[in-house]
Amino acid sequence: MQEFKVVKTRPEPEKKVGKHIITVKVQHNFGVLARITGLFAGRGYNIESLTVGRTHEPNIARITIVVDGEERVVEQIIKQLRKLIETLKVRDITELPHIERELALIKIHTENDRARDEIMRLVNIFRGKVVDVSQDSYTVEITGDDEKIEAFIDLIKPFGVKEMARTGTLAMVRESAVAKEGVLD
Amino acid sequence: MQTQKKRGADIVVDVLVAEGVDTIFGLPGGAIMEVYDALFDAPFRNVLTRHEQAACHMADGYARATGKVGVVIATSGPGATNLVTGLATAYMDSIPLVAITGQVPRHYIGTDAFQEADVIGITRPITKHNFLVTDIKDLPLILRQAFYIARTGRPGPVLVDIPKDITQQVSEFRIPTDDELRESLPGYNPHTEGNPVQIKKAADLIRKATKPVIYVGGGVILSEAAEEVYKLTKLTNIPVTTTNMGKGSFPETDPLSLHMLGMHGTYYANMAVYNCDLLIAIGARFDDRVTGKITEFAPEAKIIHIDIDPASISKTITVDVPIVGDVKTVLRKLIKELENKPIEWLQARENWLRQIQEWREKHPLSYRKSDKIIKPQAVIEEIYNITSGDAIISAGVGQHQMWAAMFYKYSYPRQFLNSGGLGTMGFGFPAAVGAKMGRPDKTVFAIEGDGSFIMNIQDLATAVQYRVPVKIAIINNGFLGMVRQWQQFFYDSRYASVCISVQPDFVKLAEAFGAIGLRATKPSEVREVLQKAMEINDRPVLIDFVVDREENVLPMVPAGKSYREMIVSPKQKSEAETMYLVG
Repeated sequence: MQEFKVVKTRPEPEKKVGKHIITVKVQHNFGVLARITGLFAGRGYNIESLTVGRTHEPNIARITIVVDGEERVVEQIIKQLRKLIETLKVRDITELPHIERELALIKIHTENDRARDEIMRLVNIFRGKVVDVSQDSYTVEITGDDEKIEAFIDLIKPFGVKEMARTGTLAMVRESAVAKEGVLD
Repeated sequence: MQTQKKRGADIVVDVLVAEGVDTIFGLPGGAIMEVYDALFDAPFRNVLTRHEQAACHMADGYARATGKVGVVIATSGPGATNLVTGLATAYMDSIPLVAITGQVPRHYIGTDAFQEADVIGITRPITKHNFLVTDIKDLPLILRQAFYIARTGRPGPVLVDIPKDITQQVSEFRIPTDDELRESLPGYNPHTEGNPVQIKKAADLIRKATKPVIYVGGGVILSEAAEEVYKLTKLTNIPVTTTNMGKGSFPETDPLSLHMLGMHGTYYANMAVYNCDLLIAIGARFDDRVTGKITEFAPEAKIIHIDIDPASISKTITVDVPIVGDVKTVLRKLIKELENKPIEWLQARENWLRQIQEWREKHPLSYRKSDKIIKPQAVIEEIYNITSGDAIISAGVGQHQMWAAMFYKYSYPRQFLNSGGLGTMGFGFPAAVGAKMGRPDKTVFAIEGDGSFIMNIQDLATAVQYRVPVKIAIINNGFLGMVRQWQQFFYDSRYASVCISVQPDFVKLAEAFGAIGLRATKPSEVREVLQKAMEINDRPVLIDFVVDREENVLPMVPAGKSYREMIVSPKQKSEAETMYLVG
């Protein structure tokens, strides 16, 4: 068909993939977490971490979600999160100045005194704490952002990690940014 | 309102009354018996269906035809799971429904009790919101919230799951006020107004465009904005194409109507969209059945998108001027903005309209007529003629649905009902029953396929019981026709599992149900049986149209392809031989 001779195309938006930190304020009703995780699961998206906790306001919980994915899909998920009846505020704070913290409990094998000394030194450098001791293990508590915790794990891996639990990332926009950008938290 | 002591089941009925409900659809069972006991004295119509899925589609058809919230009731477990398809259908098409389901008593929840299912979990992704009532004190507010959420913003189905012991419990009760209702939903504030800066930008684009097209979807119908769309087109002289869901929002008899676009859109609508320089999308969501290949959809156009749902904006196609708001409100403001300064006359715009006229004449909607065998399209045209274009048409899903969309010219909103998003076979007939109950003043035709109709055939009994005089036209080709067509085009005519010519005698079956059954096998009989059908007004009448078995729906843009690859029309003997991919 002659009208169709020329192939014309819409400019395609570039595909950007990356880590996103999303904070969500919700009414703390039962089932709200299932609604949120369902949005990710239904799109075949893995949540890297998700933390929930109460806030100073009654019946309001705050959720921090870390997700790795394509910009467009993450944007769509954020819009879907906003659509949920029980969400009060959804923000992608990745690009804003913010504080990230995670807590990890790591049970490390302590083969001998040398290992114990070495681990203690690393714990001190990373400002961690030994919170439980046994004949052949230290349980260490360490806080920091994802990068710091990963670095610590890398260093103590050779000693043998017996068990590990991590809270997942908590995040908050810095007050300076809140004031500057006029965004309310 | 003062408080009074009431049983949970009676609270349900009281809130339904307060919400102005006049008809509900459903089927009782163990966990919902208390509510049915209360419904026994309810001052509104309570329709007993034969299957919960049909009840859900009836409530849906009622909602689509009237604009009111449809209400459906079912029991726990299988009753509730039978609603699933109906809820998903309504969810995809943004239809306001409230579904009330019984649940096993609270102390049985989680014990795999008889007729227990996690209905909240099951329906979470196919409802706008859902509630499990855990305290009778919350019941009245939750029910009011359900209606409010269902009908406001982007509408949708809301489910309320009520454990049986709560329906039996007696409690202090009063109907929550509107203020209490709004305060109870702090996270729910649909944007309706539209950003004035964006509206101004849109107006500027409209003034400058030389090849503009308006693309209208179901949102216009939901927002009751057909009048505003009409005004906009008359003010700007811009042609309008509607989606399947948008049919009726702009009169298809109007010279500016391009009819439907997309997979089974008209040649001229698709050509106009492919070549336009400005696309004004109103209450539409760029569904894949509309866009085909995304990168080649309206490839050179700037796009304005008006929609109440921010999540619909730039979901599949990046738009240039998004306007989040209620379509009616935004259009009013846009029209005002455009009226501020008269739109300049542009020669290029005249040329554009002339070009469209050429496309229109080159490939009008057409089919090969026959005087030996009934053509399905001819049946639809005859239904159009005999109803003077004024009937409500409710279609199932398949070829007949597309023919009903193409060959009946719709002129008012809520006139064409069909499952556009989910594509639910079996939808057309029960939805027609619901529509007729909501609009008894209108002739209501269910246009069904033989495959689609049989999926909810049991509810002929309901239509007979309530003497609902719907007309059912079965476009009977003994095939799952749309699948057969795809097999013919894309699977080398290997007709796998599509032949359903072993079927009941639909005429006798209608009579067995207590309805009237008629049949036409020759073109000369079509008008005659339709005339007969039009004379029957005290019960349902079914007409079995035995049609050309291998007729195809054309034009067609194959799934995921560009409009360039549109199959336009059959020319010679076999469509398979002559279908040509253009480009």
